[in-house]
Amino acid sequence: MAGETSNPNFLLTTLEKGVNWTRTRSMWPATFGLACCAIEMMATGTAHYDISRFGMEVFRASPRQADLMIVAGRVSQKMAPVLRQVYDQMAEPKWVISMGACASTGGMFNNYALVQGVDEIVPVDVYVPGCPPGPQSLLHGILTLQDKIMSGEITRARGLIV
Amino acid sequence: MSDTTRTPEGETPAPAADRPADETNGRLDADGRRREHEIWVAGTEEPDWITNATDEGAQEMLPRDLDPAVSVQRGVTVTDDYLEEEMIVDDERQIINMGPQHPATHGVLRLHMELEGETVRRVKPIIGYLHTGMEKTAETLPYMSGGTNVTRMDYLSPLNNELCYALVVEQLLGVEIPSRGQAIRVLMTELNRVSSHLIWLATFGMDIGALSMMIYGFREREAILAFFEKVTGLRMNHNYIRPGGVAADLPDGWEDDVEGIFDVVRAGLDDYQDLLNGNPIFLDRTQGVGVITPKEAHQYGVTGPIARAAGINFDLRKVFPYSGIEQYDFDVPLGKHGDVFDRYLVRTEEIRQSLRIVEQVLETMPGGDYRTDDRKVTPPPRKRIDESMEALIHHFKLFTEGFKVPVGEAYQAVESPRGELGMYLVSKGAAKPWRLHVRTPSFATVQSLPVMMTDLIVADVIATLASLDPVLGDVDR
Repeated sequence: MAGETSNPNFLLTTLEKGVNWTRTRSMWPATFGLACCAIEMMATGTAHYDISRFGMEVFRASPRQADLMIVAGRVSQKMAPVLRQVYDQMAEPKWVISMGACASTGGMFNNYALVQGVDEIVPVDVYVPGCPPGPQSLLHGILTLQDKIMSGEITRARGLIV
Repeated sequence: MSDTTRTPEGETPAPAADRPADETNGRLDADGRRREHEIWVAGTEEPDWITNATDEGAQEMLPRDLDPAVSVQRGVTVTDDYLEEEMIVDDERQIINMGPQHPATHGVLRLHMELEGETVRRVKPIIGYLHTGMEKTAETLPYMSGGTNVTRMDYLSPLNNELCYALVVEQLLGVEIPSRGQAIRVLMTELNRVSSHLIWLATFGMDIGALSMMIYGFREREAILAFFEKVTGLRMNHNYIRPGGVAADLPDGWEDDVEGIFDVVRAGLDDYQDLLNGNPIFLDRTQGVGVITPKEAHQYGVTGPIARAAGINFDLRKVFPYSGIEQYDFDVPLGKHGDVFDRYLVRTEEIRQSLRIVEQVLETMPGGDYRTDDRKVTPPPRKRIDESMEALIHHFKLFTEGFKVPVGEAYQAVESPRGELGMYLVSKGAAKPWRLHVRTPSFATVQSLPVMMTDLIVADVIATLASLDPVLGDVDR
């Protein structure tokens, strides 16, 4: 276990970096478009902004094949269990980007219908601000996530870390 | 459970003589089938397995002709040939759940489909996964910021939503919009129609397997979005059209930008038609699929390109013109067959017609102010605030309290890219709406899904759903 070793040797550190690098360069997002942000997420995937430059153009409809969930849009109370189920079905290691004001905080809709921030349901790694965030913002969020992965540990698992 | 509770009429079934003989026979058969398969009939006592089911209620499809009398009363009589079919093997029937997380449901629509082999016998759309409480939120926002709320309903045509809201508020206010403001509104909403239809082309192509269309549609749309960003500051959800006019005048050099859009979009459209119109796979998957007749379209309240593809000549821009759109020449394309292919033709032609309108706006853009000079509605220019106490007070009142709208009720409809978008506003004289109800085109479209999808195969369901262009934010609000 890399995290428990007080003095990690050269090989182990390199392996960790190598694994993290491969993880960042072939991250497959699950299609989880909900509202306005989903359109910008689709725009990010197409020719103008071209998410495939980051190895992420393979949007998977099945959560079993995805590493990253981009929560793009407002999450209603009715959708919340579905979102959690999709998240649970994803294989470890997995990451979540909360895209847009609604997904991050409920946005301008502080009312009975919306979950006030998707981090009430799933752990969020990167919050992308905007309403909706432009493709550039989403790409910045993705790069931020890649930095985060690169600096993290390969044994990191959800639920084990408090 | 006894047979009496299973009859659709409840405890007191009407005498059989009152009904036509064949209908009675059909219903008896249906009852027999229900008895065998334990399907619960709405309005009767709930058996345990219903009560213990999920919060969606019964996971089985409810029989469609529950009570013929009610159907006749509503003016909707749906004939279902499956009830008369004797050769059905019920064991082959299975219920498939599609969505709410599915790449082809255009958001978070959920469909319950009852399949017999690969044939869809019944479809039940389940909505509400994107319910945002926008009608309630509208009651908490002053009229000036109400546009931020409505613009997020149908997020593919935000400017049309804003226009509808602005028009219904102005109807109660009784303010006149200068002709330049009206022309800017027409320009922006028609460009928005083009961008919305381009997205539709992109996703429609993707759903039926023409993946290149996805790239092309978004490519052309970016040209329009760049213009929107230049004018309004945002790519989507602009809050640009506001009660009293528009938020800002067009930027310098906007004519060149719009002409650039013409070139890009027209060249793109020609390419698409070369790609798709003669493509045998595309034709096979779209022609004669997902048909809705004009009568059914009327009954279900379907409007917009879907109704026009069925041959209904109804376009609000022609029937109830708004914002001075009657002064521009354009044609309303109509289909003949009401199938998926006709919807494709109608929408592509609508793009051309919208560009035609934009071209005329470009030629005839009047000068003058872009918003009303009524100081109770429009904030004063920045310069006047330093000079005039009156202007300062107006500015302060507008941005703290907002303007008040006289008591009354009003309905205004605009032709959004998806059909008749209507807003019904009730004001009690305050600075916020007392009630805002929205009649959204996608809602009516989604309720007509069972009509179009019954007896199609599963692959055609995807093509039909994609051809309807429902926006779930528009359905659920």
